[in-house]
Amino acid sequence: MKKTFTLLAAAAIAASAGFATPAAADLVVPNLSYRTGPFAAGGIPYADGFMDYFTLLNERDGGIGGEKVSVPECETAYNTEKGVECYEATKGQGALVYNPLSTGITYQLIPKVAADGIPLYTPGYGRTSAANGKVFEWVFNYPANYWDGASVAVKHLLEQNGGSLEGKKIALLYHNSAYGKEPSRTLQELSKKHGFTLSELPIDSPGQEQKSQWLQVRRDKPDYVLFWGWGVMNSVAIQEAANIRFPMENFIGIWWSGSENDVTPAGDGANGYKSLAMHGTGMDYPVYADLKKYVIDAGKAAGAGDQVGTVLYSRGMYAAMVIAEAIRKAQEIHGTAAVNAKQVRDGFEQLEITEARMVELGLPNFGQPFAASCADHGGPGAAMIQQWDATAKKWNLITGFIAPDDEVLNPLVAEDSAAYAKENNITERCN
Amino acid sequence: MPDTLLYAIEVSLNGLMAGIMYALVALGFVLIFKASGIFNYAQGVLALFAALTLVGLQKGQIPFAHIINATLGTDLHYFGWTLPALVAIALTALVMVGLAWAIERIVLQHLVNQAPIILFMATIGLAYFLEGLGDVMWGADIKKLDVGLPQGINETIDELTFNAFGYGFFIDNLDIIAAFVAGALVLTLTLFSQYTKYGRALRAVADDHQAALSVGISLRFIWVLVWSIAGFVALVAGIMWGSKSGVQFSLSLIALKALPVLMLGGFTSIPGAIVGGLIIGMGEKLFEFFAGPLIGGATENWFAYVLALIFLVFRPQGLFGEKIIERV
Amino acid sequence: MLYREAGDFKTSYVKDSQTFPIKADRMAYFALLAVAFGVVPFFINDYWANAVFVPFLIYAIAAIGLNILTGYCGQVSLGTGGFMAVGAYACYKLMTGFPDLPMLLNVLLAGGITAGVGVLFGLPSLRIKGFYLAVATLAAQFFLVWLFNKVPWFYNYSASGQITAPERTMFGIAVTGANTPAWAKYLFCLVILVALAWLARNLTRGMVGRKWMAIRDMDIAAEIIGVNPLTTKLSAFAISSFFIGVSGALFFSVYLGAAEVGEAFGIQKSFLILFMIIIGGLGSMFGSFAGAAFLVLLPVFLKNVLVGGLGWPTDLAAHIELMIVGGLIITFLILEPHGLAQLWRVAKEKLRLWPFPH
Repeated sequence: MKKTFTLLAAAAIAASAGFATPAAADLVVPNLSYRTGPFAAGGIPYADGFMDYFTLLNERDGGIGGEKVSVPECETAYNTEKGVECYEATKGQGALVYNPLSTGITYQLIPKVAADGIPLYTPGYGRTSAANGKVFEWVFNYPANYWDGASVAVKHLLEQNGGSLEGKKIALLYHNSAYGKEPSRTLQELSKKHGFTLSELPIDSPGQEQKSQWLQVRRDKPDYVLFWGWGVMNSVAIQEAANIRFPMENFIGIWWSGSENDVTPAGDGANGYKSLAMHGTGMDYPVYADLKKYVIDAGKAAGAGDQVGTVLYSRGMYAAMVIAEAIRKAQEIHGTAAVNAKQVRDGFEQLEITEARMVELGLPNFGQPFAASCADHGGPGAAMIQQWDATAKKWNLITGFIAPDDEVLNPLVAEDSAAYAKENNITERCN
Repeated sequence: MPDTLLYAIEVSLNGLMAGIMYALVALGFVLIFKASGIFNYAQGVLALFAALTLVGLQKGQIPFAHIINATLGTDLHYFGWTLPALVAIALTALVMVGLAWAIERIVLQHLVNQAPIILFMATIGLAYFLEGLGDVMWGADIKKLDVGLPQGINETIDELTFNAFGYGFFIDNLDIIAAFVAGALVLTLTLFSQYTKYGRALRAVADDHQAALSVGISLRFIWVLVWSIAGFVALVAGIMWGSKSGVQFSLSLIALKALPVLMLGGFTSIPGAIVGGLIIGMGEKLFEFFAGPLIGGATENWFAYVLALIFLVFRPQGLFGEKIIERV
Repeated sequence: MLYREAGDFKTSYVKDSQTFPIKADRMAYFALLAVAFGVVPFFINDYWANAVFVPFLIYAIAAIGLNILTGYCGQVSLGTGGFMAVGAYACYKLMTGFPDLPMLLNVLLAGGITAGVGVLFGLPSLRIKGFYLAVATLAAQFFLVWLFNKVPWFYNYSASGQITAPERTMFGIAVTGANTPAWAKYLFCLVILVALAWLARNLTRGMVGRKWMAIRDMDIAAEIIGVNPLTTKLSAFAISSFFIGVSGALFFSVYLGAAEVGEAFGIQKSFLILFMIIIGGLGSMFGSFAGAAFLVLLPVFLKNVLVGGLGWPTDLAAHIELMIVGGLIITFLILEPHGLAQLWRVAKEKLRLWPFPH
């Protein structure tokens, strides 16, 4: 044992010595990505978009405020243990912010980042009640979270039904995990408020076999199906919905169930499928001209370079954009280009993204404007609805931004974060 | 007829169909276990590998493109041709035979006469290796597999049952095809093992390695043969499951759905795999139908094992397994 | 070269039945313990603790537990992940329900609860044997995961079903929660591992262990010479589950800090730990450690070399890593089919005789 051990240990020391050598002055934004494992199909485009945006900033502007950004990538395979390893491996390099794209890893990092003083940015995923900045000092999840998503979907349905869902049946089909369970509480509240009946159908990961659930949908004939899926479960569900001839326009997925990967396998059957969207998609934004010039044509694109402009690529890019803006804000507040993690947190907390700024960034009408504050880490939470056009093979936005029902959501957020604060002895800030 | 009964019938029919899909995966396990006593953990990964290769060949993807691009700085992705489905399937079958030969040559040859647990362990290593190899060769993104199999509700059944009972049953076309394919597969395998020279040799090896060797049967050839057949069965399972859910890493996890089928049917029996699949498929779907709404759903995974457990308590060797004779 | 001895001069049974009969081994063992307790805690940082040592220590406990059941008593189990989940959730309920209990007691109680659950799911082993027994343990695996996911009481009715470990202390120093110093995590796990390994080693060479091995080698024969299969098998299930429960409790509270049952304790975990003991060596204490080291440390090491050292893209590195791990398993097998423990034993024999093998 000793020998194997010593050998391994010696080699590992040598390796990790070589590992921890980014240029010291850089702004370090680790990319905890997953390009392998059961959820790689979603992880690859997101990671590509994230990397490419920072490459663009480095190539075009020389970084942020004159500081180059280095984005060390670390593979998590959507696995929490590897997530911990990646966090610990990159933390020592002066990481400024984490964005793990996994609800499981996020839960794990929430206490850790608070102890280590590094902000955690989880746009559209992670722990919803982290929107309460009074309890979660280091976590930010604007512009929208799962409960916002659930509420926006219901609002969209309200709109379609002339303001009343009385007596309607809505089924929630969800990934049987922390991620999938998130919307259930909100929808239960909303069903009380609006008088629709809610049935909840869990699907076990990875979700290749969903016959039981879809037969049940076929028997019960709910008016609408809401869907919280991820990975292979998405494309199977859309295929099964098409198989039972469920009217696709009554089938609404969360933003993680609305990428090209999910709808293309079902071919024409997916036509009309709707999903939530917290940002625009497609190549019609001026930023892509720069991306093409500085990154793609220069041969510096991340991954295989075949994901540019897809929904999840856009989302990765959006996350990178918000992080870059927060760093810029931090530089502005503290008057130094070489900001540290604590200063970046201040940047996140005082970040304000206006439409004018989005235009400057080459992303007009891409995302909603928002402003964070000490208490509000969740943003306005509005989202749009997009619909898949199978013949043109593209997503069309069919609504503008719909605001969620904060009257229902705020008490839920307060309740859940209070429970967390109590369990972990956190006193509220910002009072 | 009351609605519940109709629904239950529909659910059981779909359960039977799902069971056939499980049985397709279980067949591969049984073949290898019967001929060589190896519990082949890599069977699920074999199915994934076969499906990946099929899609890659069909679309004219360049194997190892990513590693070539990363080391040489090139930008290769596709050859620029697409193959007809049948040609691609035939080529993939060839690849699987080559793989079987390589496995025998590199791994099994060195492990003749070892305990089953050691051969099991070798297949663990093999599973890791093939999983990595498949991803390196063809990439980890999700791929659409389209060999022209129809999917979606079968209109005829829907219409007939609607006219008869006032409620149209849902049966997926893909499942019906899977049932025919499974039937054809079992028939061919049975004919092959009963009436051909190599089939007889196969059965002899399954009976007793050493006795088979002593009458001049080449063990190595038989192993290559049986792994090739298992590779082919994996390809069929890969095609069926891949058409259903796309080809991606998760495809290898279908092996988990085959485990209760195997245990119920017995590791050594081909009819056992089919019957086991049918029982498991129908049992889990019916349980989900009746008990799922009461206790919260998503019961299928564990109920399949509980069902197998109940059967095993009464027949510890599986339904069709060989009777366990214990001597001291 | 390493071993300098001349002949076998043992004069008492005590000497003959020592754990480390060779003097050099004994010294090495004590040296290793001294380094582990006296040196490592002063140099350990967050990365080494969380990425290397703590997972290794915890997996070693689980591997010893499973080795008792599978390696010593011959009962194949694929329910390890489920039993770890029992440990983790029991620990969570104890931590939140009785905030004043010392953490060590929580962990041991969690192990005790798991032992009870293990006995329950061990009952079918009296009837079902061999690979078929795996079905009973698989039923446990999937059922337990489903249960912890479904019943809100287990996760204190939190919105998403995740459990998060609050801060708990031993002697005034945090051992769980985010503010735990790296050395405290490490030492807490190390103390438990050493104590449990000592216990396991002595159980397996005592009467209990001999009964287990008799059952493993031939259960009917064992019954005839007077070994009670009921108590023997169930005691193996209980003790093994105790170990696994402890490891699950540590895995959740000390290592991860937050867990989701399907992800952290799924079937993949059961397979992983089974692979550890098979690769390490069934029925060998050393094998449990070697297997855990192989499957925990090797991937981290390869990742660091391929991504950090050679600068490969992370996805390519992850795929090649799988190929290397698989290739190494096969290579080791071809060289020595009975696991790393046997490889080590053979190497040791060679070293003892070197340079005059004849």
